Amino acid sequence: MSPTIATPREHYLNVSYGIKSWLLTTDHKRIALLYLATITLLFFMGGAAAVLMRLELLTPQGDMVQSETYNKLFTIHGVVMIFFFLIPSIPAVLGNFLIPMMIGARDLAFPRLNLASWYLFTIGSVFTLVVVVMGGVDTGWTFYTPFSSTYSNSYVVPTIVGIFVNGFSSILTGLNFIVTIHTMRAPGLTWFRLPLFVWAHYATSMIFILGTPVIAITLSLVALERLFGVGIFDPALGGDPILFQHLFWFYSHPAVYIMVLPAMGVVSELITAFAKKRIFGYGFIAFSSIAIAVIGFFVWGHHMFVSGQSVYASMIFSFMSMLVAIPSAVKVFNWTATLYKGSISYQSPMLYALGFIGLFTIGGLTGLFLASLGLDIHVTDTYFVIAHFHYIMVGGTVMAYLGAIHYWFPKITGRMYPEGWAKFSALVIFIGFNLTFFPQFLLGYLGMPRRYHFYPEEFQVLNVMSSAGASILGVGYVVPLIYLIWSMRYAAPAGPNPWGATGLEWQTSSPPPTHNFEETPVVTQEAYAYGMPEEDIKGGRG
Amino acid sequence: MAEGNGALAEQFDDLAQQHEAASLGMWIFLVTEILFFGGLFAGYTVYRATYPEAFHEASHHLDLLLGGINTAVLITSSLTMALAVHSAQEGRRRALTVFLLLTLVMGAVFLGIKGTEYAHKYEEDLVPGIRFAYSGPHPGQVQLFLIFYFVMTGLHALHLTVGIGLLGVLAYLAWRGHFSPRYYAPVETSGLYWHFVDIVWIFLLPLLYLLGTHR
Repeated sequence: MSPTIATPREHYLNVSYGIKSWLLTTDHKRIALLYLATITLLFFMGGAAAVLMRLELLTPQGDMVQSETYNKLFTIHGVVMIFFFLIPSIPAVLGNFLIPMMIGARDLAFPRLNLASWYLFTIGSVFTLVVVVMGGVDTGWTFYTPFSSTYSNSYVVPTIVGIFVNGFSSILTGLNFIVTIHTMRAPGLTWFRLPLFVWAHYATSMIFILGTPVIAITLSLVALERLFGVGIFDPALGGDPILFQHLFWFYSHPAVYIMVLPAMGVVSELITAFAKKRIFGYGFIAFSSIAIAVIGFFVWGHHMFVSGQSVYASMIFSFMSMLVAIPSAVKVFNWTATLYKGSISYQSPMLYALGFIGLFTIGGLTGLFLASLGLDIHVTDTYFVIAHFHYIMVGGTVMAYLGAIHYWFPKITGRMYPEGWAKFSALVIFIGFNLTFFPQFLLGYLGMPRRYHFYPEEFQVLNVMSSAGASILGVGYVVPLIYLIWSMRYAAPAGPNPWGATGLEWQTSSPPPTHNFEETPVVTQEAYAYGMPEEDIKGGRG
Repeated sequence: MAEGNGALAEQFDDLAQQHEAASLGMWIFLVTEILFFGGLFAGYTVYRATYPEAFHEASHHLDLLLGGINTAVLITSSLTMALAVHSAQEGRRRALTVFLLLTLVMGAVFLGIKGTEYAHKYEEDLVPGIRFAYSGPHPGQVQLFLIFYFVMTGLHALHLTVGIGLLGVLAYLAWRGHFSPRYYAPVETSGLYWHFVDIVWIFLLPLLYLLGTHR
């Protein structure tokens, strides 16, 4: 380790050159960057669909696109953002890059499988892109039967194939993480010395391996029904469309936790690093991740309160859904308690982390409204639901994702991004996000249904606010894209540990060598040993 | 470390760690497989509870004799697979190769019999979506049963085909002396997979074939 700020002579980025050295790499760090490039592309594609939707909703009349086109826009927005951006975002990019480094390993347990996961992901996204070019799909990302299986005249089967293939990428990533965390921890790195980021990814991987196969088989059945005209979910032949909803949400509700648990792991890292303080309640945070993953499998029925499910089932699902709030709140309280009397610095990753806490709290509390039986019936399929899950997924996951990209950017590239621009865009994103989605709570409460491209005139003011916010949000996403790409090449070297953070990933050079560490580290203390004498700043610009 | 014919991948410290990772990886993969089939089992259970008579009736159209023979073949193949793993542990190269090939052949026999059954169904107009004509009561629900029959046994056959491919590669590697008592993780993990595919069949047999014999 060099005490001065210098980029190491040989590292994982310059060890070999050429397109083949990337496409055939088994280095988890390079695969993470492959994912980063792919999902960034898909993120802006899903975003473009959202831009068109918000443009249409500027006026009450359906004057820009036809309703069929609008159906295709919200479907592709949902499919791309959920399956091809949010689900892989933090695990496949940052989890891939960081988990081996955080546990002091040279790579994941199955590096070739890891590369295969990226290829599966890419093949899946190519299917989705082809669908968009051919004319789109109009079922909504939920593929509800019998519309998707019998009536829709759009490209349902290719979309399903894309999601199916991508699902195996998720499964293999989850499998790889679990095996790696179990078998490849450095000497002395006991389970309760693991960073909470790793715990969160362990819980996420549990959902990957338990939930994803179910949606794979369910969507396959829909595809079979479309291709052969057999009535698996067709009431005319005795099939049950509600069964589809049960099977679909058995995965797709836990999928929400796939999206938010890694984000929570990120926030635990950021809060401690920028409060320079031990995490408050390590064990509670670690086990709350597991609790969310486990309870999350028993709440799917809250998507079906108005689908004709038994009222007793609804009562149990309502109760279980409220139960998820407990481990979620445990985390929020512990992060807040960690901030208490910390020496806080407001660098841009910290801004994102604080943004996450606030927005996730709003998203979580409105989730409780939706979990309660009576209120949910009033706001089912309205913009209230849209606002709620965007507060979790965009306000929560995307904020944490961007915070993480900034925080670990110096480790990934060896260079420091421009802090002023980063703070500016974090602020723009926060403002744009709230202006986009807070009015949607009001719209939903007032009764504006989701998935329509026209609406009564009295909703126009709130819709214009939302569209204005969306354009601010769009700017907030483009600015980091520009300065981060610029920084990869031109920014100043960052040094091994610019934040003065604990964690094994900061104890090797930036960018790290191909095998991460010159020699396997030996761990002698807990993960967040801030303020302990031997953990003084390890060089860099702390 | 130059042990096990360079079988140690660079991310692992030693063969024991690599073995542990491979074995755990396969167990986790099998968990995902259980959930994958689980969606089908859940759907089957719901429909069977809703339409008990139709499912009972439809089950009579399956060939109990061929299903029974196939069960015997598959259980025997699990025995030879277990013996293959045992031979690998003992380092008996010839026995390992023979047992792997025996297992492979039995898997192929299973597929052959399964194919015969499918052909019979085709001749009897009992293949939903492709050639289906049924004049008895509950035609819709009978079709539902047969869809589950084809999807579940088809998915099982697909897994068996993958297993046969794996066994072919393993038998070749075993013959070339690739495995030793220190390094036989691929044999062991493929064995786990093979046993899993057998166990799925053990569940399919009563749910699909024996259902009609139950009074």
